[in-house]
Amino acid sequence: MTTAPAVTSARGTLAVRIENLCRHYRMGETLIRAVDGVSVEIRAGEFVALLGSSGSGKSSVLNLIAGLDRPTSGSVVVQDRDLAKLSREELAKYRLHVVGMVFQSFNLIASMTLAENVELPLRFAEVDRSQRTDLARGALERVGLRARMDHRPSELSGGEQQRAALARALINRPQLLLADEPTGNLDSHTGIEIMDMVRRFNRELGMTVVMVTHERALAERYAQRMIFLADGKLIDDRTNNDRTIHDPMINDRTNSDRVGTAAVADLREPGGRP
Amino acid sequence: MKIPDLTELALRNLRESLLRNSLTTVGISVGVASLVAMLSLGIGLQQLFSRRLAKSGLFDTVLVTSRRDVRGMGRDRDDRDRTTPAESRVLDEAARQEIERLPNVLEAYPDIRFPTELRYDDKPHLTMISALPSSAKSNEAFEGMQGSFFSSDTAAEVILQKTFAEELVGKSPARGVDEVNVADLAKPLLGQQLTMLYSQRAPSSTPPLAPATGAGVSAGEDLIGASYSVVSRELKLKIVGICDQDPESMRGPTRGKVFLPLKLAQSLHVMQPTDLREVSRAGSDQPVYSSVSVRVKNPAQVQLVEDAVKKMGFGTFSILDASRGLQLVFRVLYAFLFIFGSLALIVSCIGIVNTLVMAILERRREIGIMKAIGASDGDVKKLFFAEAGAMGILGGIVGVVLGWAIGQLINFGTNIWLKSQSFPPEHFWAVPWWLVALAIGFSFLVSLVSGLYPAGRAARLDPVQALRYE
Repeated sequence: MTTAPAVTSARGTLAVRIENLCRHYRMGETLIRAVDGVSVEIRAGEFVALLGSSGSGKSSVLNLIAGLDRPTSGSVVVQDRDLAKLSREELAKYRLHVVGMVFQSFNLIASMTLAENVELPLRFAEVDRSQRTDLARGALERVGLRARMDHRPSELSGGEQQRAALARALINRPQLLLADEPTGNLDSHTGIEIMDMVRRFNRELGMTVVMVTHERALAERYAQRMIFLADGKLIDDRTNNDRTIHDPMINDRTNSDRVGTAAVADLREPGGRP
Repeated sequence: MKIPDLTELALRNLRESLLRNSLTTVGISVGVASLVAMLSLGIGLQQLFSRRLAKSGLFDTVLVTSRRDVRGMGRDRDDRDRTTPAESRVLDEAARQEIERLPNVLEAYPDIRFPTELRYDDKPHLTMISALPSSAKSNEAFEGMQGSFFSSDTAAEVILQKTFAEELVGKSPARGVDEVNVADLAKPLLGQQLTMLYSQRAPSSTPPLAPATGAGVSAGEDLIGASYSVVSRELKLKIVGICDQDPESMRGPTRGKVFLPLKLAQSLHVMQPTDLREVSRAGSDQPVYSSVSVRVKNPAQVQLVEDAVKKMGFGTFSILDASRGLQLVFRVLYAFLFIFGSLALIVSCIGIVNTLVMAILERRREIGIMKAIGASDGDVKKLFFAEAGAMGILGGIVGVVLGWAIGQLINFGTNIWLKSQSFPPEHFWAVPWWLVALAIGFSFLVSLVSGLYPAGRAARLDPVQALRYE
């Protein structure tokens, strides 16, 4: 590697600029406007929740920001890169180095151990094997899964799997963490564990987080900003004024939150990255 | 992705669907085995033929004849058009030496063959005698002969061809048996003496008689050629060997049944059938050869030597054209064996395509995940290529071993059969190293080609579709 850019985007600068974004599908005779003229700007270090009922287009917007999909029209500009203009190869590089993704269904590869899953992006980045193993071990340690690194995903609980997925998403040090219903398959307690961890990464590393959720309560609790979508259109964009640094949930740290803090400390430590 | 990583991931993926991938690999192995078996049979047969033909001395030999020879061996159309009798030369010792000095010529020896009477057990037997140079020892006809080859080039020894030995002993094949066993003939004959009666051409000590006038010949005739006497002689010869095969099969009716060492035969100055004709032409009383056998260093140079000899004014004959035809036959045989051998491999390639397409369907989500976390189209493509290639190489290696084993088995079985038919064992199955490399390489290549479509399909997979919740 490791050409992966460090998480250094200055807070407040523009991280993502979405302009008049459209994503239309044709299904038989009908045209489905999954995303229909959305414009939004996300600042570096922001924790944004995309809210909406199912079919509102929130996941489609996330996929477009992730570079997994291409817009029908409009643009997604991330760090001065217009994703619509990138080649397939450049988009893959963008996903590899700039974006980290977590999914509702964790999406770990079942045939691989946790360590192998976590180091998979490093293989694509052509990082040397020895360095890869160290980085994967370190990443799993940060999410409290060091002891389970040789287990397969099926041997772990949902929360553990999502923590492993988070370790994988962060291993290439992305500036943008995209989470698609990250707690959707978890019980509320485990969901909080995961969200606390995400918030730590957001707060202490300045990592921009865009999270898709249909749980308004979760968004209100963690996100600084909530963007509401319906029928592919942006219907509301509001700053979460309730979010203050003195939130009792933050002060009353759960165990996983402490793990998250440790993880952030590791990431920030210059020597922590071989 | 780096190649070691690709290989590791590919092997891991192959292990995940062990049964299906093993079956596909077995399919490739069978294809490669059939290819290896077919080609090694072809190569083995060609080697067998080459070995046999090289030993037969047919392909490195040029027969040189004087163009004045009425038998005109090798007088092809070109010669008749080009050459007039005036240009033709006498095939004598000087000419023989000149031929022997030509480049690429190993040796040139006179063909000494004459019909004569042999006495054995006081019974006369008329046969054709032929002289052999010491180099003939390596001829395949003397392979596995009874007794031994001549102890020297001048020894008063004789080797009999089987049919003549049968005549001497008075044996004919027993009923129900195709041939008399040579070993049975050797027992009573080896070490025995034969007496050869022959006419020697001795230099004439007395001047030839002047033609008597009035005896029907016109006066004024003069002596123009050499003169010599013909003396009847006999020579005792020891039977040292009996050969099963016919070393002179290419000579047709004039082939010898009894063989003498060349130097001995030359020293006898036996009256040759052609002498009578040549005596009026030759300027000396030196013997004139009816034909000279020229052995060429390498069958590939036969044509060169033939051309050189023709330029000297002699006629030539070789079976080069026959060998060219044979090479063509083997090329065609190879092509056919390759095509038939490849058919099985092509069928197994369809198996690879099927397996990989199935793998894409099964691993759709996995491909989507890999793309979401940063795998490029190329990475996905290479991964499927690596899986196809790994199956190809594994299948190739197992196939070569399998093909080799099949070959050994068939060779073994055939040799048992050959033995039961009292033939010597033969290796008509050859798996040279280049064939091993070619088979594995071909299997790898064909597998990669089979992986083209599945790999392309996997690479094009839309990650959003692939990751959509099921």
